[in-house]
Amino acid sequence: MERDDLIVNDSYAMASHHSEEAGAAIRKKLWFVTALLTLITAMEVGMGIIFKRSETFTWTAIKWTFIVLTLVKAAYIVLVFMHLGDERSNLKRVVIAPYFLFISYLIFIAITEGFGHLDSFTTFH
Amino acid sequence: MAGNTETIPTGVLWGGGQSPFSVTYGKMMMWFFLVSDALTFGGLLTAYGFSRATSEDAWPIGEQVFRALPGLDGHYPLVYVALMTFLLIVSSVTMVLAVEAGHRNDKRSVVRWMAATIVGGVFFLSSQAWEWSHFIHGSGGGFQLAKEVNVTTDSGDSMTLPKGELVFMDHHFGHLAEPWSEGEANTVLSSEDGHITLTQFGEHDHSAQLHSLTVNKYVENEQTISGNDAVKLWNARSDVFAFGANLEDSEYAAQQTYANFFFFITGFHGFHVFSGVIINIVIFLMALNGVFERRGHYEMVEKTGLYWHFVDLVWVFVFTFFYLI
Repeated sequence: MERDDLIVNDSYAMASHHSEEAGAAIRKKLWFVTALLTLITAMEVGMGIIFKRSETFTWTAIKWTFIVLTLVKAAYIVLVFMHLGDERSNLKRVVIAPYFLFISYLIFIAITEGFGHLDSFTTFH
Repeated sequence: MAGNTETIPTGVLWGGGQSPFSVTYGKMMMWFFLVSDALTFGGLLTAYGFSRATSEDAWPIGEQVFRALPGLDGHYPLVYVALMTFLLIVSSVTMVLAVEAGHRNDKRSVVRWMAATIVGGVFFLSSQAWEWSHFIHGSGGGFQLAKEVNVTTDSGDSMTLPKGELVFMDHHFGHLAEPWSEGEANTVLSSEDGHITLTQFGEHDHSAQLHSLTVNKYVENEQTISGNDAVKLWNARSDVFAFGANLEDSEYAAQQTYANFFFFITGFHGFHVFSGVIINIVIFLMALNGVFERRGHYEMVEKTGLYWHFVDLVWVFVFTFFYLI
């Protein structure tokens, strides 16, 4: 069988080398993303220290802010560091769509059933 | 950056003879592997959420459980975990810089950045070892009350603590309370003028006094109790003590699942980091020996990089869902 890791033609991404100038631009972008990820993490820790946990609306809002910030971080890691953003769109969809389909269902069902379980426990215990 | 964006008619694209995704078989399979691995981690974190949603008792707060720094007294909520996160982000950056250098066939830079990535990974694993050790040993431990006790806290609140409530010691006193509670003969309890003292005799004698105790240490409304009320609590203790956590016992929560999820989720992630470091070392040596230079491209560095970034990606989620929320 032919080994396709030994790239002989130009049809694969890895065979396309980039120049010194293009490299400099990419590196600049990478350092920007690094700074952003670090800043978001520091912000999250700060928010966790300042806001106390409670049943209030504020804490719920903070919780959702954490989730959104996490998704932002994840998007930068996947799209820039793993450069899925530069791949052909069919590969992007094949990676992202099934994952989101299954995981959002799993989260929905586990959390719903979890609270349901607690509810019946507290009612009948 | 690495993508091939030229337009190819669909008939040709899916007609065989070339990759419709415009990536090699190896890279595509790495992506598919990562999707399945991400489902595993997603399942673990969702199971954690399920467990937490079903829990009747208050769930431990990350900021109160993970607030120690090596060699320092005082509280630094999540600072250590944030530093670990930063380490992993930085090692992700050095990895992506190695990939970028590979696109320029710059062997020297690839080798240099791969080495930096390995160092970052080793630092992360060492940090995790410390965190596990700290979590297992606990910080002072606690004892259960044998009966209901009324106390006034340092902030002036009156509290009725029920039988079975866990009361926490500071780490100086708790350090000696552990061998004492296990019946070790060299550790002796004495009380004089209302002062409770534990002394451990040995090559060097150690002693610690009971100054203050804490209730609700890992959940909302943490309170300190000192003076006579602390002595009152100490005298109302049962012989049930809890120090740190293992798979059967935990001082952190009424629910054993909290410690179990900590061990399983961070342990499974740590195992991924460990294997990532091993793979990185292999690739580093291959790059050093000029294997990729002779091959004409550094795609193996990119595939390894995908795995390494994935490890970072998982940690971002663990950080949010296990520690922050």
